Amino acid sequence: MPPPGGGRAGQGPLRSRGSRRPPGPPPPPRAASPSPASLAARPPAGPAGSRSVLALVTLLSFASRFHRLPEPPHVCWDETHFGKMGSYYINRTFFFDVHPPLGKMLIGLAGYLSGYDGTFPFQKPGDRYEQHNYMGMRGFCAFLGSCLVPFAYLTVLELSKSLPAALLTACILIFDTGCITLSQYILLDPILMFFLMGAVLSMVKCNACADRPFSASWWFWLSLTGVNLAGAMGVKFVGLFVVLFVGLNTICDLWDLLGNLSLSLVMFGKHLLARVLCLILLPLALYTTMFAVHFTVLNKSGPGDGFFSSAFQSQLIGNNLHNVSVPEHLAYGSVITMKNLRMAGGYLHSHWHLYPEGVGARQQQVTAYLHKDLNNLWIIKKHDSDTDLSDPSSPVEFVSHGDIIRLEHKETSRNLHSHQHEAPLTRKHFQVTGYGINGTGDSNDFWRIEVVGRKPGKLIKVLRSQVRLTHVATGCLLGSSGKTLPKWGWEQVEVTCTPYLKDTPNSLWNFEDHINPKLPNISLDVLKPSFAEILLESHMVMIRGNSGLKPKDNEVTSKPWHWPINYQGLRFSGVNETDYRVYLLGNPVVWWLNLFTIGLYLLTAVSTAVALKRGVQLSSELKELSRVVLHGGGQIALGWLLHYLPFFMMGRVLYFHHYFPAMLFSSMLTGITWDTLLKFFAGFLSPSTAARRVYGGGILALVLLIMYSFYLFHPLSYGMIGPMASDPSSPMAGLRWMDSWEF
Amino acid sequence: MLGFLKNPVVVTAEINVNLVVLTVMGLISRLWGLSYPRAVVFDEVYYGQFVSLYMKRIFFVDDSGPPFGHMLLALGGYLGGFDGNFLWNRIGAEYSMNVPVWSLRLLPALAGALCIPLAYQILVELQFSHCAALGGALLILLENSLITQSRFMLLESILIFFILLAVLSYLKFYNLQRHSSFSASWWVWLLLTGVACSCAVGVKYMGLFTYMLLLAIAGLHFWHMLGNQNLSNVSLLCHFLARGLALIIIPMAMYLSFFYVHLTLLYRSGPHDQIMTSAFQASLEGGLARITQGQPLEVAYGSQITLRNVLGKPMQCWLHSHTNTYPIRYENGRGSSHQQQVTCYPFKDVNNWWIVKDPGMQQLVVSNPPRPVRHGHIVQLVHGITTRYLNTHDVAAPLSPHSQEVSCYIDYNVSMPAQNLWRVEIVNRESDTDVWKTILSEVRFVHVNTSAVLKLSGASLPEWGYRQLEVVGEKLSKGYHQSMVWNVEEHRYGKSQEQKEREVELHSPTQMDISKNLSFMAKFTELQWKMLTLKNEDTEHKYSSSALDWITMDTNIAYWLHPTSGAQIHLLGNALTWASANVAAVVYVCLSLWYLVRRRRKIYDIPEDAWQLWVLAGEICVGGWAVNYLPFFLMEKTLFLYHYLPALTFQILLIPIVLQHLSNYLCRSLLPKTMFRALIVAWFSSVYLVYSTFSPVTYGEPSLSVAELKDLRWKDSWNILIRKQ
Repeated sequence: MPPPGGGRAGQGPLRSRGSRRPPGPPPPPRAASPSPASLAARPPAGPAGSRSVLALVTLLSFASRFHRLPEPPHVCWDETHFGKMGSYYINRTFFFDVHPPLGKMLIGLAGYLSGYDGTFPFQKPGDRYEQHNYMGMRGFCAFLGSCLVPFAYLTVLELSKSLPAALLTACILIFDTGCITLSQYILLDPILMFFLMGAVLSMVKCNACADRPFSASWWFWLSLTGVNLAGAMGVKFVGLFVVLFVGLNTICDLWDLLGNLSLSLVMFGKHLLARVLCLILLPLALYTTMFAVHFTVLNKSGPGDGFFSSAFQSQLIGNNLHNVSVPEHLAYGSVITMKNLRMAGGYLHSHWHLYPEGVGARQQQVTAYLHKDLNNLWIIKKHDSDTDLSDPSSPVEFVSHGDIIRLEHKETSRNLHSHQHEAPLTRKHFQVTGYGINGTGDSNDFWRIEVVGRKPGKLIKVLRSQVRLTHVATGCLLGSSGKTLPKWGWEQVEVTCTPYLKDTPNSLWNFEDHINPKLPNISLDVLKPSFAEILLESHMVMIRGNSGLKPKDNEVTSKPWHWPINYQGLRFSGVNETDYRVYLLGNPVVWWLNLFTIGLYLLTAVSTAVALKRGVQLSSELKELSRVVLHGGGQIALGWLLHYLPFFMMGRVLYFHHYFPAMLFSSMLTGITWDTLLKFFAGFLSPSTAARRVYGGGILALVLLIMYSFYLFHPLSYGMIGPMASDPSSPMAGLRWMDSWEF
Repeated sequence: MLGFLKNPVVVTAEINVNLVVLTVMGLISRLWGLSYPRAVVFDEVYYGQFVSLYMKRIFFVDDSGPPFGHMLLALGGYLGGFDGNFLWNRIGAEYSMNVPVWSLRLLPALAGALCIPLAYQILVELQFSHCAALGGALLILLENSLITQSRFMLLESILIFFILLAVLSYLKFYNLQRHSSFSASWWVWLLLTGVACSCAVGVKYMGLFTYMLLLAIAGLHFWHMLGNQNLSNVSLLCHFLARGLALIIIPMAMYLSFFYVHLTLLYRSGPHDQIMTSAFQASLEGGLARITQGQPLEVAYGSQITLRNVLGKPMQCWLHSHTNTYPIRYENGRGSSHQQQVTCYPFKDVNNWWIVKDPGMQQLVVSNPPRPVRHGHIVQLVHGITTRYLNTHDVAAPLSPHSQEVSCYIDYNVSMPAQNLWRVEIVNRESDTDVWKTILSEVRFVHVNTSAVLKLSGASLPEWGYRQLEVVGEKLSKGYHQSMVWNVEEHRYGKSQEQKEREVELHSPTQMDISKNLSFMAKFTELQWKMLTLKNEDTEHKYSSSALDWITMDTNIAYWLHPTSGAQIHLLGNALTWASANVAAVVYVCLSLWYLVRRRRKIYDIPEDAWQLWVLAGEICVGGWAVNYLPFFLMEKTLFLYHYLPALTFQILLIPIVLQHLSNYLCRSLLPKTMFRALIVAWFSSVYLVYSTFSPVTYGEPSLSVAELKDLRWKDSWNILIRKQ
């Protein structure tokens, strides 16, 4: 993990290089060419100018993000999740989240260093912080959020070699209310975007060092790219898009190198190895390390236990599986609990209540129950004899793969039973009931027990064996559908017998508790999963958790096409007129400018590409401009696409703030496109001064427009109190340009 | 004068016997014993019901695909004189005598048979030898899965036919491009490409994948043309416009025309009406149109109306109230206002009638002339039978505690004043002074005091609410959602001032006479939108599979089982062909990568023109396989093996391509060449052997014994049906 100021520390080499090596073809002499397009090829300002602009931009960025940071002094929006998770790290309590751990670890670390003790409960948005120290965490996020502006500035400067373009981009990001709001709270997004922009910047810098491969700065930027990739992946899985972005760039890069015949194959191999090392092995190692840290830090039982397998739970201090010892192999007469293997699957459960009238046969309910309970206990019996196996003198008989067994519910002495009645909720499955009196039932109580991937005759292990129970009479599989039963079923989870014979986690079970006084106990430590297994399991759980976040019917959700048009924001804090309200919404002028520019860029890029393909002769200045448009702009446009299009294919619940990484790319594209277009049009006006005026005036007008719109909309980020904007007496009344905005 | 008589009249015809023979063999393999079994086979049960509905001209919505495929199947039924009277309820049900089984299955079978000559010509147009082309066509001929899928009333073979036709036409067009641009045949093939693409899309949305592929290839080829400095800008523009017309404009127009025919054919109302809007329903003969015909258009103060929720999910329903009140305490202990229940009721009922009232006036009848209600007006809604006012207040709704309860106000004198003013907002208004129109206007009701919006929450109430749907006032309205939008369905101008008379009036049917016609485009947009957003409950199916199972054919589908004997039909491919196709794809990709890297280092293993052919063949075959296969990994719907067949067809075409390439460029000397040929002959005979081994489960004849069936179970995951003795 890089120090938070890693990107800034890297400014040294840039400055020195910028002065030493002018980009592209040698710049024409200043006085010789009257063409104003020569503005383009010439570095517009010396290194000192660039440096002072960078300082100014950074200062403004920090000022805008840290302004009124402590306000509002209560929990806002998702702070309730991520703040809470930060506290969990401080308390070392195990929890589950759909995102990888790095972001929350950093939040926890920032809180820890700033003296927050992890005691604030973060129960729901709107809770007051009172005496708790939350500024450390907010400050940390704001700091990372502020770094985005200099990163974007440097990236655009490197790609376009034009100070005004970089300045325009920086302005857009500084004065975007959305970016400000998103950076001011304890959220994962500023951390994610920090690593993302860090990766883009270091990649661009590394490309700029392409003429000096294997030099110190080349290695520095290449490995920094790898570090940032690991960081982005470690915060959220959307970091995958930037990995894809860097990957595509690297492939193109290698392809160019391969086509360079002056480069020997050995040298090419070196290039390849260097990239494999820095962009694949290094990030993987870092990524694994952060999970190792995560599991080492969180060693106490907590709210996340139930999502993980029994073997994993036995590692957590305070979990009832911790340091327990149980008999290893299942035997007849054992008292057991069975846990469904679907994520957050419950224990097989039954109780004295019957299925209501009209729901299958009126027999005793069998459900899946998420909590530990005496009613989860079952006794394994032979299907054909009912001898009392608890007699200590009788010999121990183990259950083996393929045996036909009967499961008797310990509390009610009913047998696990199924028959061809439809299940209560999943109509295509069969109903599962408790049947019989004192263990005497019928042949519908017989189940064949099988271990996944095992041969007949092998014994069945507690916790480790994945077991399926096949109903002998109908051939269906015992499973849990995951649907919640209505009131009559005490809102427990439905258990069915599915006729579709596929091994899904729904129809697989494992044995968790196991009581049999006749067998020797073994410690569960032998079951300790290896780190690789833990890593795999946590990823499976995260992926399933992510795909489980489905929108409910009749729920208004944010759609990806809403985002670039700034259709609707997110309420961060406050509902009523008297509340301190913060509303996450992009500065509409900025966002619509971005949207318009994407179309403009497309037009420009296509016409440039066609002109080049048709062999139109271009002056050297125009050639440089077209290179910026196609190469620099193309890279950024690709980044935008990669961070936006995949959301159209996602089934999970989406939110407005998912667009912000794409918005960063879109802003950079705006800077590059307008700068190039203004240079191009200025090129048509022959006298040099007029051209300069048009070009400078254009950039200035855009910057002023953005600043003025920020002046109008700044209350969105810095808080509004008073009447809602729909009320004509509100100061924001005239600014509600779209009906869908609710501030 | 009579000079023409000096020379004999000569007609020279060139007949490619290969093609003729292939076509005949294809017809035999696909059409032989077509009406056996005379029972519903697999998805015929699904498509059959639509054929019946076409025969009866009854409107339906099917979200599985656009209507062109269904219409082609229906054409078969029409030609066979099918009257549509058959109950499609069960796979395996015996067809009654009025079902023309042969002609219903004819069109898919013909399409399947014609795929074989198409495959031959595609390979020829890709500049491969006639020998390779013959081989490719034979592989398609002997592919059991394609045979099975062609022989029943299913859509895949038609889809594959149009896909191959589109590819062939594009290749013909592309080959003509070099010497005779803008010639008649150039135009024919270009236009045919567009037409075939739109037909493929019209049969199944899956056709879109191939359409996109062809568009991309056409774009790429045009991009290469741009670099050709011999062509003038004007001629390039003409080329561009011609392609745009043929590949974009015409397919769109064709697609629209499918829907036009579909909507023209189906003019009667039927069981699927309810998911459409009231306006759409009113345009169908019978059903709602019979009721709404002749209603007054503009809603006025004093109008009697029923309000339908626009969403139509979980079912269509109308704003409803009845004399029962909310229970004082709910089961979970929360309290209610104990006022009269307001719900959404899925059936027509006299309690669905509401009267629009001007808050400033007492009268409940329409004045003369009627005063229309406009956007932004404030109204009260009076329940017709109980004469209570629609009301909402700051009390939590029964099932959605974050929203407000909606009730009909009863004055209990408990300092809970009536809050019964609603602002009418017409969502689809054209101007801010629009009049509220029956059926056409979609309105939101915004509560004046609390700015809550009247909304259908989607939950159904417990016993005390008779399981009707809950209606709430949504306070935090996040933008537009159809559950908050209502439209007037039945409407009449109220005449009776007295409650008693009014009840009689409410019970009487509305009847007047003007008809409301929806434009075709409006109907099309609505139908298309409904088809795309209609969500079927995710169904589990015994024979569903995941996309990964398809490559190795780890799964099969049992289509039909003879009621008594062991004769059965399965969708099972020719295992050897599938395996060879996979090998061919791997060899192609590896060889291409190898060539590509070597070319990058300026080492040319094969001549440039051979390389160009190799690339084009790959774009079509590997590209066709990829676009028709990979998207399934992203889909969440229930998938079946037959979804893989279009991809498989492309993959099979790759086999002869790779084989010819190998024999041309890798077997240089004579001896390996001869051995290679011998191997190919041996391999072909084994393909035939596999075909004939599996043909009993492909054709359903002859019936096999248990032992023979067990022998056919080459993979444990195959589900061959064996009767218990």
